[in-house]
Amino acid sequence: MSFNTPTSIGATSRRGIPLLAAALAFALVVGVVFNACSAPTNSTASKTGGSDSNAAKTTSTPAVTSLFRWGGDAEGGAPFVEADPSDPSKARGFDVELAELMARGLNREPKFIQVTWASIEQSVERGDFEIGMSGVEDRPALRERHSVTIPYFEFYEVLAVRAADSARFHTLKDLKGHKVATLGATGAYDLLKKAEIAYGVIPVSYDDDVHPYSDLVSGRVDAVLLDNVIAERSRKREGGFVIQPTPIDTGHYVGVISKANSVMRDSANVILRENMRNGTLEKIFRSWNVWDDNQAAYEQHVLAAAGLTRVAIDTSKKVTDPTVNAVASGAPRATSSIATYIPALLRAAVITLLVSCLAMTLAVSFGAIVAAGRVYGPYWVRVLLLAYVEVVRGTPVLLQLFVLYYGLSSVIRLPALVAAILGLGLNYAAYESEIYRAALENISRSQLEAARTLGLSEMQILRLVRGPQAFRLALAPMTNDFVALLKDSSLVSVITVVELTKETAIYATNIGSWVIPGMLCASVYLLMSLPLSNVARRLERRWSSVGA
Amino acid sequence: MHKADNSTPTLVVRDLQVLRGKKAILNGVNLNANIGEVCAVMGISGAGKTTVLRAIAALQSFNAGSISIDGVSLRPGSIPPESQLKELRRRVGVVFQSNALFEHLSVLDNVTLAPIHSLKWTRDRANETAHKLLVSLGVDHRALAYPRELSGGEAQRVAIARALAPDPLMLLMDEPTSALDPARRAALGELLRSLAVQGRGLLLVTHDADFAQDWCDRVVVLADGLVVEDGPAKQILAHPTHTATRALLSQAG
Repeated sequence: MSFNTPTSIGATSRRGIPLLAAALAFALVVGVVFNACSAPTNSTASKTGGSDSNAAKTTSTPAVTSLFRWGGDAEGGAPFVEADPSDPSKARGFDVELAELMARGLNREPKFIQVTWASIEQSVERGDFEIGMSGVEDRPALRERHSVTIPYFEFYEVLAVRAADSARFHTLKDLKGHKVATLGATGAYDLLKKAEIAYGVIPVSYDDDVHPYSDLVSGRVDAVLLDNVIAERSRKREGGFVIQPTPIDTGHYVGVISKANSVMRDSANVILRENMRNGTLEKIFRSWNVWDDNQAAYEQHVLAAAGLTRVAIDTSKKVTDPTVNAVASGAPRATSSIATYIPALLRAAVITLLVSCLAMTLAVSFGAIVAAGRVYGPYWVRVLLLAYVEVVRGTPVLLQLFVLYYGLSSVIRLPALVAAILGLGLNYAAYESEIYRAALENISRSQLEAARTLGLSEMQILRLVRGPQAFRLALAPMTNDFVALLKDSSLVSVITVVELTKETAIYATNIGSWVIPGMLCASVYLLMSLPLSNVARRLERRWSSVGA
Repeated sequence: MHKADNSTPTLVVRDLQVLRGKKAILNGVNLNANIGEVCAVMGISGAGKTTVLRAIAALQSFNAGSISIDGVSLRPGSIPPESQLKELRRRVGVVFQSNALFEHLSVLDNVTLAPIHSLKWTRDRANETAHKLLVSLGVDHRALAYPRELSGGEAQRVAIARALAPDPLMLLMDEPTSALDPARRAALGELLRSLAVQGRGLLLVTHDADFAQDWCDRVVVLADGLVVEDGPAKQILAHPTHTATRALLSQAG
């Protein structure tokens, strides 16, 4: 079995450099024509689903049916949801195929909505999509807050340790006083928190499921507790550790649905059970290499509970089946050339640029109003604006984006892009206003008095004398903020906007390395920020040679 | 330009009092200034001469007394908003000690700013007037320069042009000779005389006794917030009667 080695990545990199240059030039010329939608979409045909129903779809329902919107995180990667290496604008994975089954069952067209994994629950409740499926774990807390489908997959929480430790670390109890890593906000993390009290293990929470394993290999942590699906994937891709055979716990993946939407839950359950019964689920899971005897026993158990009987399927073709996904088994990805990701990255860069420019425009105009209010306004206006500045500056922008998009969704349902621009813009306005206020107060008294003795009104003085001079003083810190905003715009991925960093993360998950995606991403950010700094520097030079 | 009206002085300052906390900066100042006259307000540092000028220009509030310029009066109390000062602004031009030219505007734009935006003249008319002024002041060739590119003497002439553009009756100047070499001082003196001849009143704040003696008609000497001498420049500076005037002369000498 072979997989991505550093050598193959290096080879891609060398081939990639002229391509990179060409792509970046291309971005400058045609980048703007891409429109706002950049999330991967469902591939039009399922790889494993019944071909007759596909045919039925294309022949008997030629008209465009309504959309079945479902959400997941392509950064989660295979076998759940990943960007298709041959066409990154499409999603694939067993969750993608399950969504296609559901769409077909509902006689609708599947439409994938990219959302950060941690935001799936809020987004489904907000109504961004009807069902979230991306290796979402069945937990009591989840059932309390939302509707969930029947668990469609049983997984194990397994312990990964370095080979040298395989004899001494079998259970969490063995790991007393040792660091155990996992993904935050998961069942595995809950297990570790309990083990912290019971056995004295030290839980370490990560934001992604790749770095726990790399840190295990490098010795930063002593074990990783995560789903067997994820553990297997990491072992095949990077290796350097062993997975202990005895599971620590059992868990299930479910689809999460809005609390109120019991109709969708019931329909989804019927479709899931039927596809368990007729063996379609097994085919899907086999193709992603996550099927085993325990899974079969689990499905039997679910079907028996519903009074259904499993249809036996012929699995002898498994090895020769050309549709088996090579990815999950760790086969080399010769087809995933860097070029296939360029369009997706460029689209994402356009989103980043769009969000940043519009947010900055808002920040500058609103910031100027706030600054003017703080310098000229009556007492109560000054107090109000000061409160605005302090609250906005004193709380994380991530929290503000969440409140704006999810918190206020019962009052006003802002489109994600609008919420992103508004959130970043209003946040940066607080910073801009302080820059402008300081600049306004820096204009010497004699300049203002000279303007007054000429008979100009206060408004004219602000517009003709104080404002223009303050703007010159504010230019350097403003440029600084614009460059910072360009990068902070990556935060908007928490509210379903796929921008450059998120797209890069999806790409990196796909190829299992950050080297090339990281370089590409950094180049595009630089390509956007350097011209900006250049323009600002030139303006400053021009002004310093004549004015100020 | 303006006609001198000999019956009442153009500028009348009566019993002007300015307090800073409990301390009196001005303690009942009385002075007049007329069209066609160059008048110097003198005194050693801290005598309150700049405060008088700032009060007349409505940049400084005063606690008691009155100021009247060509029928426009200022009352004690806080400075009124600019909208109520339009008439005063049309009558009084100010040249600051630092010149205070607008750093982001060219010489021409500095001079045309008030005519265009305050007096609502057309740009053509404002430009024409500005050019005439700049020519008369000998700085027309600097019309497109920016303030930081000007020499001290040029900057002062542009500041004078800017103050004169709205055609004020009175021109107030704060320490106009402080940054000038002797040759330039004579040129400034000649300029001020010609402006007075054209029908304007000039009120300078200065501690430069030589300049006052050479170029001013009248001198008003301030000491401790009061006018201690007031009369023809040559007479007062040649025969000072008050210790403050003598102190001023010995300082200059």
